[in-house]
Amino acid sequence: MSNRIDIKKTYKLYIGGAFPRTESGRTYEVKSSKGVFVANPCLASRKDLKDAVVAARSAYPGWNKATAYNKGQIFYRIAEMLEGRRSQFVDEIILLTGVTKLKAEKEVSESIDRLVWYAGWSDKLSALAGSTNPVAGPYYNFTIPESMGVVGVIAPEAPSLLGLIDAIAPVIVSGNTCIALASSKAPLPAITFAEVLATSDLPGGVINILTGKSSELAPWFASHMDIDGLDISGVPTKLRGELRTAGAENLKRISSFSAASPDRILAFMEAKTVWHPIGN
Amino acid sequence: MSLVATNFYGLVDGSDSSLKKFLSTLPGVDQVGAEARAAMLATRSIKTTSKRWAIDTAISMVDLTTLEGADTRGKVEALCTKAVRPDPINLAVPHVGAVCVYNDMVGIARHHLDLVGGNNIPVAAVSTAFPSGRASMAVKIQDTSDAINAGAGEIDMVIDRGAFLSGDLIGVFEEIVKIREVCGEKAHLKVIFETGELVTYDNVRKASYLAMLAGADFIKTSTGKVAPAATPPVVLVMLEAVRDFYAMTKTRIGVKPAGGIRNTKDAIKQLVLVNEIAGPEWLTPALFRIGASALLNDLVMQRMKMDDGYYASPSYVTID
Amino acid sequence: MTFEYAPAPESRSSVSISPKYGHFIGGKFVAGTKHFPTINPATEEVLSKIACGTKSDVDAAVKAARKAYVGTWSKMSGKERGKYLFRIARIMQERAREFAVLETLDNGKPIRESRDVDVPLAAAHFFYHAGWADKLEYAGLGTSTKPHGVAGQIIPWNFPLLMLAWKVAPALATGNTVVLKPAETTSLTALLFAQVCQEAELPAGVVNIVTGDGSTGALIVNHPGIDKIAFTGSTEVGKIIARAVASTKKSVTLELGGKAANIVFDDAPIDEAVEGIINGIFFNQGHVCCAGSRLVLQENIADEFLEKLKIRMNKIRVGDPMDKNTDLGAINSQEQLLKIRELTIAGDKEGAQRWSPECALPSKGFWFPPTIFTGVTQGHRIAREEIFGPVLSVLTFRTPQEAIDKANNTPFGLSAGIWSEKGSRIFWASQQLRAGVIWANTFNKFDPTSPFGGYKESGWGREGGRHGLSAYLKGFSHE
Repeated sequence: MSNRIDIKKTYKLYIGGAFPRTESGRTYEVKSSKGVFVANPCLASRKDLKDAVVAARSAYPGWNKATAYNKGQIFYRIAEMLEGRRSQFVDEIILLTGVTKLKAEKEVSESIDRLVWYAGWSDKLSALAGSTNPVAGPYYNFTIPESMGVVGVIAPEAPSLLGLIDAIAPVIVSGNTCIALASSKAPLPAITFAEVLATSDLPGGVINILTGKSSELAPWFASHMDIDGLDISGVPTKLRGELRTAGAENLKRISSFSAASPDRILAFMEAKTVWHPIGN
Repeated sequence: MSLVATNFYGLVDGSDSSLKKFLSTLPGVDQVGAEARAAMLATRSIKTTSKRWAIDTAISMVDLTTLEGADTRGKVEALCTKAVRPDPINLAVPHVGAVCVYNDMVGIARHHLDLVGGNNIPVAAVSTAFPSGRASMAVKIQDTSDAINAGAGEIDMVIDRGAFLSGDLIGVFEEIVKIREVCGEKAHLKVIFETGELVTYDNVRKASYLAMLAGADFIKTSTGKVAPAATPPVVLVMLEAVRDFYAMTKTRIGVKPAGGIRNTKDAIKQLVLVNEIAGPEWLTPALFRIGASALLNDLVMQRMKMDDGYYASPSYVTID
Repeated sequence: MTFEYAPAPESRSSVSISPKYGHFIGGKFVAGTKHFPTINPATEEVLSKIACGTKSDVDAAVKAARKAYVGTWSKMSGKERGKYLFRIARIMQERAREFAVLETLDNGKPIRESRDVDVPLAAAHFFYHAGWADKLEYAGLGTSTKPHGVAGQIIPWNFPLLMLAWKVAPALATGNTVVLKPAETTSLTALLFAQVCQEAELPAGVVNIVTGDGSTGALIVNHPGIDKIAFTGSTEVGKIIARAVASTKKSVTLELGGKAANIVFDDAPIDEAVEGIINGIFFNQGHVCCAGSRLVLQENIADEFLEKLKIRMNKIRVGDPMDKNTDLGAINSQEQLLKIRELTIAGDKEGAQRWSPECALPSKGFWFPPTIFTGVTQGHRIAREEIFGPVLSVLTFRTPQEAIDKANNTPFGLSAGIWSEKGSRIFWASQQLRAGVIWANTFNKFDPTSPFGGYKESGWGREGGRHGLSAYLKGFSHE
């Protein structure tokens, strides 16, 4: 083997389909499970969050308008890209968490399968959560689920990849755009996942990924008036009350989950009811 | 021939294209909304003094009608007497707005009305091959001029619904213009749509404007031979039309619901519609008539109840 | 000629009002300690004295509700629960006249509306939810759905009985028990409803009614024995509640304010649109969270449309709410009247043009004439803040997208109206509007089968339909 010096990756943020450094210039050290330095990912600031919200908001109309069929196809495309780069994720997960290869492979497989599972939900949500309502009068009346806008996601510390995908996929499959804060201990798979997203057909800004400290950024997610919903599954229970209090300012929809479920999609959707007279 | 009919209020030039263009600018009618509005106005509770006023007003607006194959001189004469004195034992009851008969009964009606003190009550003749309107133009013109020559002061013509529904709006328009010419200054023209055959409120609105432009003095819902006839929402749409036409032309066109208005309650609902849709200016026999026969006796009975404080019996009301 | 409608007052004889009321706890009426007067806002006549619920009252009510939940209601089959709801619905229909008269006396709304809308819809809500009680596993909300337990419900003064029905019917159908607080100014129909519960032989403690003001409401919101909060009222109070329960396990649904746009396109069915605008803002004196308080009018028809609107406004009959011909009744309270005045004066100061038809207002009671402001832009306070009164702000637009942008330019998202005869435009607009209820070519329609609730700051959750049930089942509402 040669003595070649390998090229190390600079882990940056993923905002609006681009990979900027944090505006703050701050980074933090991420070590392997064995305590060896691995990388200096960005320590995102509240201003990075602000920029990401702008990106997510501007991506929202386009993504929301994409047909359910198209959204499902793009989800499947992300899964394809992830499958193609699975070994990279396995390596990163092992490096940062020290789990066995078998376990790391299982997490990546589940992540891919979860994307495919959510891909199939895109065009079934109105059948699941919609209704035509037999009102007592000459009106056609129906209720459909609709995306709510921009949703924040505080991903759990572990599993770093599956936890992130589990939180992001249900949020965006309905047409929302999101800003996700990755696991702070193991943020690298999240940024590598951003590379997957960048090479899939997902429009820039639909998913934005920040790395940093939940304790610093989560309150800014909660208080941001242009974030409509917030998944706090990754926030420890005892800290959630504070976020809910801050989120009350714009009556953010705040939820947390422990398993994949269509309820996780519907938690970040609104029900819209439309009335129209029936006459000639 | 009146001036109005020659220039069509300056709104159309009498051509097919100008008529179509004008009618296409009319907003649509939402069926459910129009019916809901009429239903809401039907909840108006008209009591005591206002009911008394409404009953007398309604009586004065009745076009007392007989339009049967079995009509005879005797029947028509009795009707004319009734028209003049709806309640023979109470002469405070006003006379009706007009007597409405078939063309061949016009002379009899006119003569008898004059005989019994009803020289101020006009005779209205149904015309233009009533009720179907299916005859040649020559026959329709003859039909109308016969009625006028026999003393009809009002002509209730039917439109050609077949032509209307097939899209021949200019054909319908020109017929009305021609009959208007025949009426001249001698007779008022009421144009009957037979709304039960036009079916949609959009058609009722379109027909209303078409007839007003062509020179109608009144627009009238129905012949009385087809149901549904003068339903509150149909009348509502027509009242909106005359109100808005007034805003455009400063000319007030009258409205005549006919068919299905059988009791006092129905009649008062019609007056509420007039009051709240077209406005109180239309609350006069010159601008609102109710085509009816049985209605008159119910109005008379309700009036008796209001005078006496107890319910009346048909035995005390004349059956003519 | 003029057609004056003689007074046609509904008779008060069907109702009997006690001089003083207590609370309804554990199936019994219990005396209160402090009392405040409740008045007829149309006359300022004191109707009765209402108890102001204290901590011990709320404790007793929660305890009774818990006991009923554990001991009776949670053990009862859905089929039997449903029968109680059917009974309640029937008794409400039987006593409909009484409810309508009492509602109008206490609230100031026209008898025509309480008789034709509030009371029949309230009964309909009980009928609808009665049928759900034994079919919850088929509601598509999972097969192991469980009620929360004790629901604390706080309702507003604009539709006192109807909002009670919206809250109590689904709570009971799903197996919760209830502690309900009616609004301070409108408690009487809730107390009459307590009698209905007794007549229906509803088990003691399933429904408890504690009257009082905001302090009583706060006691319910903060009570540790409450599992679920359902609130309808202002966004301001909704946020206070959201904060109050943020660190608890309480589940919450909120139905809050709105500033709905009623958009009229130039191809609208004009006469029905005029009616829809009238109904949208003057129904219930504009005391409606989903009121169409912003008329967003296509500029090319604005003059003609406003002319028609004014002609129609001239026909609005303002006055004695008990008169069957009254269209616009009394403002519910002095406080609300002052708020409406303050905001309309702001409208004047900010340069909008105020117009009201000539109408004589009664000398006693709280009254505000039907009012429109033209020349309003999104920058005016009267275009942004909820006035909750008979006041319409008129804005204009040039293109469909501009109409949507203006309609959505608000922190609220409860309802919106669209008037157009073009099908594709209606569907487009209803997709674009960020609101929970879209009325196209109609407005202010409600039905128990039809989910109601808002986006954004208009609240959390839906009421009515299958969606509304989920608010009262674990795992579906904000928790």
